[in-house]
Amino acid sequence: MKQLKKFLQRLDDRTGLVKLTKSIADHPAAPGVKWKYVFGSAVLTAFLMQVATGIGLLTTYVSSTGSAFESLKYITHKAPLGAFLRGMHFWGASMMVVLIAIHVLRVFLMGSFKFPRELNWITGVLLLATTAAMAFCGQIMRWDQNAVFGIVAASKMAAHVPLIGTWLSRFIIGGDVLGTYTLSRIFDMHVFVLPILLVSLLGLHVYLVLRNGVSEPPVPGRGVDPATYRSDYHHMLQKEGVPFWPTVVLRDFVFALGVVLVVLLLAWLVGPEKLDNPPDPSLINAHPRPDWYFWWLFALLALLPHALENYFMVLTPLVIGLVLLSVPLVSNRGERHPARRPLAVAAVVIIFSGIAALTVAGWNENWSPRVNAPPLTTDIIGASSGPVYEGAMVFNKMACLFCHTIEGHGGKRGPNLTWIADRLTRHQLTLRIMNGAYNMPVFGRILSTAETENLLDFLSTRKKYGFATGKQQSAVRPPGPLTQGALHASEELAIIKSKGLPD
Amino acid sequence: MKIDDNNRAGRSGEEDPGRRRFLTRLSVAVGSLIAILAGLPIIGYILLPVSRKMHRQWVSVGPTDRFTVGDTVLVSFENPSARPWAGVTAKTGAWVRRIGDGNFIAFVLNCSHLGCPVSWEASPKLFICPCHGSVYYEDGTVAAGPAPFPLQRFRVRVRGGQVELESRPLPFTEAT
Repeated sequence: MKQLKKFLQRLDDRTGLVKLTKSIADHPAAPGVKWKYVFGSAVLTAFLMQVATGIGLLTTYVSSTGSAFESLKYITHKAPLGAFLRGMHFWGASMMVVLIAIHVLRVFLMGSFKFPRELNWITGVLLLATTAAMAFCGQIMRWDQNAVFGIVAASKMAAHVPLIGTWLSRFIIGGDVLGTYTLSRIFDMHVFVLPILLVSLLGLHVYLVLRNGVSEPPVPGRGVDPATYRSDYHHMLQKEGVPFWPTVVLRDFVFALGVVLVVLLLAWLVGPEKLDNPPDPSLINAHPRPDWYFWWLFALLALLPHALENYFMVLTPLVIGLVLLSVPLVSNRGERHPARRPLAVAAVVIIFSGIAALTVAGWNENWSPRVNAPPLTTDIIGASSGPVYEGAMVFNKMACLFCHTIEGHGGKRGPNLTWIADRLTRHQLTLRIMNGAYNMPVFGRILSTAETENLLDFLSTRKKYGFATGKQQSAVRPPGPLTQGALHASEELAIIKSKGLPD
Repeated sequence: MKIDDNNRAGRSGEEDPGRRRFLTRLSVAVGSLIAILAGLPIIGYILLPVSRKMHRQWVSVGPTDRFTVGDTVLVSFENPSARPWAGVTAKTGAWVRRIGDGNFIAFVLNCSHLGCPVSWEASPKLFICPCHGSVYYEDGTVAAGPAPFPLQRFRVRVRGGQVELESRPLPFTEAT
C-alpha cells in the first residue's frame, strides 16, 4: 500500500494526472443531480460498446463490394457468436439513438442549454449529426440489396442540392456507377473519419460538462442571469454539493448496466437485422427502407406533395440542424423550469407527436404498391363465372390490386375499393378508370372495351348494403346525357373526349 | 533557420512586438504549408475518382433470337469498367424489348424518382416502381406517381447477331 502511494506520488509528479483524476472524481455536483441525469453517460456507454463490437466485427467484415455480403453472411450464420455480435452492434446503434433523444429532451426541457452551457448544447448537436451519419453509413455497410438502393436513393436526393448537386451525388456513389469505390468510401467514413470526429467532439463535450458543471435542477421563478449565475452556482456547490464520485457516478453505472443488459438481451432474443437479397443492382423487387429511427424522415418525404419533395429532401436536414444549433442563441437566459416555458414544452410535444405519427406511417409504408398482393378469390368476388368474375380477373391481372384493397387483399396506395359502389356510380367509376389521376395511370389506353365493361360490372357489386350487380345499379340511376344506363364505357369515353368532363 | 530565442519575453525585457507578431504569423504560415502539402494529395486521391467519367462501352446481352418481338425482358450485364473486386455490384440490369426484326429498345431499371428498380407488368404493359408507386407506360413515359422524368434508355445496336447495349452512368450522376 505504501509502495503504491509512493508510486502514485511519483507518477503525479511527472504527469499531474493523478491529482487531475482525483479532482474530477471529488468535484462537487449539484445535490438534485439524480436519475434524470443518467442519460448522457449512458450514451457514452452505448458508444463505447459500439466501438468494442465494431472492432470485433472488423476482424471478419470485408469492405469490398464483391465480398462484403459474403462476409456478412459468414458473420451471421457461421462465425461463433457472429450473429450475437452483429446483434449487439445493431441494437447498440438503436440504443444510442434512443438515449441521445432522451438526453436531448432532458437537456432541452430542463433548460440546461442556457448560460454558460451554450457550447455544451452546440457540441451535442454536432454529436447528434455525426451519430446520424454513422448510423446511415452503418446501414450501407450491411451491403445487401437494401443498402445498394439505399445509397442510390441518397445519391439521388443529394442531386437536388443547388449548384453542387451532381457533384455531391457522384461523391456519395464514388463515381457515376455503383462499384468498388462506393462501399470502400462509406467504410472509410464509418470506421475512421466519423469515429475520429465523434471522439474529438465527445472529448470537447465532456470537457465542457466538467468545466461548466452539471446544471442544477431548475426551480420555477429562478431564472438564469449571466451576471450572477456562475457565482450563485459555485456558492450552491460549496454549500450543498455532493461528491461526483461515488454519489453521482454510481447512478450512472447502475443505469449503464441496465443499458448493456437490454442490448445483450435484444441481441440474444431478436438478433441482428436480417440480410436482404445480394447487392446486385440488376435484381428487381427491391424494397429499400432505412432502419427504424429514420422512418419518420422516410415517411415525411413519401407523404409530401411531389412538388415539395425535392425541397424537403435537401431542406429538412438543413433546417433541423440550424434550428437545433440556434436554440441557445435564441434563448440563453431566463426561466429554466418547463412549467414556465410553455412554448418550449409545446414545441417538444408537437415535434415528438409528429415524429411518432410519421414513424407509424413509415412502418405501414402505405405509399408502396403491394406487388405481391394475393389475388382476389371467388369468395371475395362472389361469382365464379360471368362478367363480374371476369371483371375481378381484370382487377387481378391489370395491377389494380397493387394499389387498391378489396376485402383485405391488395395495396393501400390508392383508395380502398371494398365498398366503392357505395361511393361512386358506374359513370364516376368509368371516368376515373379511363382518365386515371395523378397517382393512377390512364387505363383508357390500357383496357379493352370488354375488359372495362367487366371491370365496371365487378366494381359495381362492391356495395355494403345488399348485393347489386352493375346492371341493377345502372337501372336506378337518373337519366341524363352521360348517365344513361345503356351507354358503354367506350361511348362514354368518346363523349368525354368530345365534350369535356361533366360538372 | 536559426531562431534567436534571446528575444523571448521576460529575458530581454524589451521585446519587439513587431518581431513577435511576424514570427507568430510565420509559424502559422509554415504550419499551414505543411498541412496543405501533405493534405492536397490525399484530398486529390479521394476526390479525383468522383470526377472521372466512366468509359462507355458496348456490351452484349445475348443473341437476337433470345428476344421475341413484343416481349419486354429483364437482362443483366457486367459493367465493363468495373474493378475485379466489385463482385455482383458490377452488374447492371435493363428491360429490353424487341419491337421489330432488328429493332430493340432498352430501359434503365432505375426509377427517375429515387432510383429503385422498376418491374415490368406484362398485362397492363406498365413499369411499376415498388418504392413509391411511380408508374410508366410501355414507352417509358410517366403514367403516375412521383417520377419526375420518363425512364431513361440505353443505346442499343445489333452486331453479329448479338444485341448490344451501351453502358451508361446512373441517371442522376450526369450533369444536366
